[in-house]
Amino acid sequence: MSSHVDGNALAGPFSEVFRTDMTTAVCCCGGCGDTTTLATEMVYGTDALAHGSIVRCRSCDDVLITLVETPDRLVVRFPGIATLSVDRDTPPA
Amino acid sequence: MTDWKVGTVTDTRTETPTGRSITISVDGWPGNLAGQHLDLRLTAPDGYQAVRSYSIASVGDATSVQLAVDRFPTGEVSPYLVDEVLPGDQLEVKGPLGRWFVWTPEDTRPIQLIAGGSGIVPLIAMARAHAMAGSTTPFRLLYSVRTPEDRFFADDLAALESETFHVDYVYTRSTPADWPTPPGRVTREVIEAVTIPASDSPGVFVCGPTGFVEAVARSLVDLGHQPQSVKTERFGG
Repeated sequence: MSSHVDGNALAGPFSEVFRTDMTTAVCCCGGCGDTTTLATEMVYGTDALAHGSIVRCRSCDDVLITLVETPDRLVVRFPGIATLSVDRDTPPA
Repeated sequence: MTDWKVGTVTDTRTETPTGRSITISVDGWPGNLAGQHLDLRLTAPDGYQAVRSYSIASVGDATSVQLAVDRFPTGEVSPYLVDEVLPGDQLEVKGPLGRWFVWTPEDTRPIQLIAGGSGIVPLIAMARAHAMAGSTTPFRLLYSVRTPEDRFFADDLAALESETFHVDYVYTRSTPADWPTPPGRVTREVIEAVTIPASDSPGVFVCGPTGFVEAVARSLVDLGHQPQSVKTERFGG
């Protein structure tokens, strides 16, 4: 049984990196071009979000984002994202 | 950037055999929209930290938040929150978080809420926001639980029912004695029978375990709902 959650769960960790709420950002997959709100992408590994999680494209499963958290650092990679766009009117996270 | 804040537990209430609601007073909490969540951080004596996301059942400007937690027997955090935490205990929280899975009174579409188990939490916040705003837009909730004892917020939901908010229960394991239908899952046929039809162009919010949410979302699209009008929140499981 799959245990993934969705991009809503990224709001907390991304609030440490970005000024606005990123779950409403629009994300274009570099692999297949699927374009959707980050909240609707698939997030794996949140049971251990303190250590890391992987965000996959809801359409083609490509790895869009990886997050690794340690007590001192938050390391974010964007290996599979072509575009991430935000509404400038989005209130601060 | 949103910082960690220290909250103090002010109240706990048993909701189901495996779950309870917890009210936390948080200095500096800015209030929250209906459907938002917070991250909760526990630190063990040896410094080990665990962070989990919990939806917020309360809504509005208050500086306290109500959560509801169901115990995952093998979990690191939920057994503590369900079985051990007491009024006066302190917890670290960060939020409110997320602006996608939210309802605000400016949204005047008919709204269908669909909850599986503790997935009721962000949806009762929406029902409370609807009542607080005096919104007359039609609201309807389909709430799937295993047994009658597994209903979170049963009394609160009964008190919220009105001409513009109706609750339908689906029992998957056992039903109340005089229930008209045998226990069963939320199938496409059930959704068709007791939810706002696609022809009324409702907004739909679905929250529950991942398998439940995906099955319900597929049925909704099969029934003609536009994918972009169906918002989902999966909590794993």
